[in-house]
Amino acid sequence: MSDTNFDVIVVGAGPGGYVGAIRAAQLGLKTALVEAKHLGGICLNWGCIPTKALLRSAEIYEHMKHAANFGLGAKDVSFDLAKIVERSRGVSKQLSGGVGHLLKKNKVQVFDGYGKLLGGGKLSVEKDGKVFTTLSSKNIIMATGARAKSFPGLEPDGKQVWTYMEALVPNEVPKSLLVIGSGAIGIEFANFFHTFGADVTVVEALDSIMPVEDAEISAFAKKAMEKRGMKFKTGTLVKKLDKAADGVTATLEKGGKTETIKVDKVITAVGVVPNVENIGLEAAGVKLDERGFVAIDGYCKTSADGVYAIGDVAGAPCLAHKASHEAIICVEKIAGVKDVHPLDKSLIPGCTYCEPQVASVGLTEKAAKDKGYKVKVGRFPFMGNGKAIALGAPEGLVKTVFDEKTGELLGAHMVGAEVTELIQGFGVAKTLETTEADLMHTVFPHPTLSEMMHESVLDAYGKAIHF
Amino acid sequence: MPIQILMPALSPTMEEGNLAKWCVKEGDTVESGDVIAEIETDKATMEVEAVDEGVIGKILVAEGTQGVKVNELIALLLEDGEDESALEGADTAAPAPSAPAQATDAPAKPDAAPAPTPAAPSTEKGDRIFSSPLARRIAAQEGLDLKALSGTGPRGRIVKRDIDAALAAGTGKATPAAPEAKAAPTAVASENKTISVDDPIFKLLPDYDAIPNSNMRKTIAKRLTESARDIPHFNLQVDVEIDKLMALRKELNSRDGADYKISVNDFLVKATSLALTRVPDCNVAFTDGAILKFKRVDMAIAVAVEGGLITPIIKDAASKGLATLANEAKDLAARARDGKLAPEEYQGGTFTISNLGMFGIKSFNSIINPPQGGILSVGAGEQRPVVKGGALAVATVVTLTLAVDHRCIDGSTGAAFIKELKALIEDPIALML
Ligand SMILES: Cc1cc2nc3c(=O)[nH]c(=O)nc-3n(C[C@H](O)[C@H](O)[C@H](O)COP(=O)(O)OP(=O)(O)OC[C@H]3O[C@@H](n4cnc5c(N)ncnc54)[C@H](O)[C@@H]3O)c2cc1C
Repeated sequence: MSDTNFDVIVVGAGPGGYVGAIRAAQLGLKTALVEAKHLGGICLNWGCIPTKALLRSAEIYEHMKHAANFGLGAKDVSFDLAKIVERSRGVSKQLSGGVGHLLKKNKVQVFDGYGKLLGGGKLSVEKDGKVFTTLSSKNIIMATGARAKSFPGLEPDGKQVWTYMEALVPNEVPKSLLVIGSGAIGIEFANFFHTFGADVTVVEALDSIMPVEDAEISAFAKKAMEKRGMKFKTGTLVKKLDKAADGVTATLEKGGKTETIKVDKVITAVGVVPNVENIGLEAAGVKLDERGFVAIDGYCKTSADGVYAIGDVAGAPCLAHKASHEAIICVEKIAGVKDVHPLDKSLIPGCTYCEPQVASVGLTEKAAKDKGYKVKVGRFPFMGNGKAIALGAPEGLVKTVFDEKTGELLGAHMVGAEVTELIQGFGVAKTLETTEADLMHTVFPHPTLSEMMHESVLDAYGKAIHF
Repeated sequence: MPIQILMPALSPTMEEGNLAKWCVKEGDTVESGDVIAEIETDKATMEVEAVDEGVIGKILVAEGTQGVKVNELIALLLEDGEDESALEGADTAAPAPSAPAQATDAPAKPDAAPAPTPAAPSTEKGDRIFSSPLARRIAAQEGLDLKALSGTGPRGRIVKRDIDAALAAGTGKATPAAPEAKAAPTAVASENKTISVDDPIFKLLPDYDAIPNSNMRKTIAKRLTESARDIPHFNLQVDVEIDKLMALRKELNSRDGADYKISVNDFLVKATSLALTRVPDCNVAFTDGAILKFKRVDMAIAVAVEGGLITPIIKDAASKGLATLANEAKDLAARARDGKLAPEEYQGGTFTISNLGMFGIKSFNSIINPPQGGILSVGAGEQRPVVKGGALAVATVVTLTLAVDHRCIDGSTGAAFIKELKALIEDPIALML
């Protein structure tokens, strides 16, 4: 075997690609990883991680402003945006370096370059426009990720109209900000800039913010954020953006009526498009699905033999943990590991790190009813939980949805402090297929926010104790 | 009493295996989960883990022993506080098989027929059934016997998808003898009509061996009884000439670098699937509320396996090329014979092909595999005299017999399908389009 021939080649080193490469190497496969820009992909460098670092600064700042509520004094509370951004970049750098070490430790051969399928199990790798090597393998995994989507008339220019790329490294806090799109990315930036003083308006085309979330939870979150001074315009379309030296005028339309608002900056967060261009998909005979993502089967196999796709490039939900999980399934299937099953998308949790946080797994109440389930719904408010009161975070709700017939936990939806750390409890429960009975029999430690998960389940069956 | 360690069944159809290696020796302390031995079946070597903790008291089957029957006693484990003296007089006879799936084919006396199995998961050592709480609850609600199911979760755990698959396929119903199971009325009826092993008539018959009904046997019996009783079958028969098809087959298989070997049956699978897409009214299932017209052809292929038959499925067969079909069919058939198919690989299917041509059968009728609407029976290809343009000639001819469910497919519809099928087979180049 020459040094250009591998058991597995992975293209793209995001949470899909690098995890797949490490797993493949662990399974004894000779593995190459081709990455054009940055180990760790969008997630570590321009996505999940740096946003969470920024939001941590916002959270602490918010606490400091309310220190008096806790009997503490903090005078002249201030911030330095440059330092906040510097910290965020530092966190990304540290983790990206960590991925490099992990790959090395696992003997994954990393190629710094741009990979392109040539068909017939071959992949060219180029740097600065020149092909410097051609690799071959019976198994090539495309994990090229996605990038910000743009709509005609709303194209980002990097100066006044930002995507997450610019929003992650701002020079100053805009006085006023329009965020287009209320998915996780839009809402998180809206929260960040609001906390540091921007006058933020979020526009969402659909009727509720964070449209994938349970309607009750998203309404709750919206109200809480409105109370903090953020503005939302739902059911509203941004028709055009007129740029001038002193700001951007946005024309909004709702139900046939138009209005304009003028802002310093705009962030477009209207979704992502897969990186499917110029990577040789046609040469290899890889087909796309009707939404433009690479079409895959349950084991991430594409329409071309020996070519696989995982993560954002292979379709929604565009989440890092979905990418990593597909990576494991794909690689283990290639390696012939037993007991590999297609990913059950109803088991993928989703988290939004706004204030208050939102987290969920499984079907919303409406989706469950639309699917024909007769449901039992449990709710428990943060107000009834000792730990939430002690934390000074009494705003929130834990909602659970059960199939009345079988007791299957169909979905769990939460809003409130730290719920992004709680949701995986329900994730484990769903994966192990527990019913309401097992959840009721589980002992939850006191005092914790997790007790609300217990109470919510009890409430679904009319047995809640503290409410 | 020392705990008995029995030869495990590593797959639902495994009857015996080789004890390849002991990973422990007498006197070793083991904990639950420790690997104690390696068992070899015809295809794979698998590790056996200790279920209980204790000290290995005695190894009864030596390393390297071939053909150890499932449930045969292979070692004794001393529990906490027991010493070797406990081994004396320990029961070294293997217990009666507790699950039909694990029945050995040791000759059983007529009066030793297996007792009806209780529906509750047995707690007998080594016979634990791993299942999720949700799977257990739905199984109880639907009257399924967990023992009759195989699990696809981690380490064979029975999970909801296995239950869903069993419900969809109509398998795994608890026997009526199980008190808490609500057996479907039809199952009761069919079960009641089956002659009992205790029937006096057998006293008048010659001596015999009683082979306990395996799960597969029970499923075949139940589903085909239901099908023959409840589905109004009718048959359509046609002779097709396959000389052109055989010539094309030869040409394809002898191409340079061919990494496939296409059989006549693969051609027939392809032709039948294509014909079904052209006459989709034959790719149907009858239900109480509606006729379901499938948007895809999933072709089940009857494969004879030891102790019965199984129908692995080629999904979306019409859209697959011949090479893909051939390779997939070969792989499925091989794994079917090894008992290594996952449930989703043999449950479902919209239509079935059964071929007894290799046994020289000229033509035969099959029983529909419910809920499918039809099944095609393929006879042997043989040279027969045919009349062409008024003159006698010799052609290679196969007789195809279609059985359809008259509730959803009428004579003219079936005939339209047969016509399409015959045209495709006799002009096989059309299959490549
Ligand atoms: C602002 C923001 C916040 C987010 N927050 C979260 C969050 O909190 N939680 C969450 O789960 N998800 C979050 N996401 C989504 C998450 O980042 C993605 O789902 C995840 O990164 C997808 O991983 P991936 O491996 O599919 O692709 P990516 O991470 O996009 O990685 C693809 C990699 O492939 C490389 N590449 C592309 N083409 C080639 C080629 N031809 N040759 C070589 N290399 C190539 C790219 O340089 C990139 O490094 C966020 C996204 C953004 C933008």
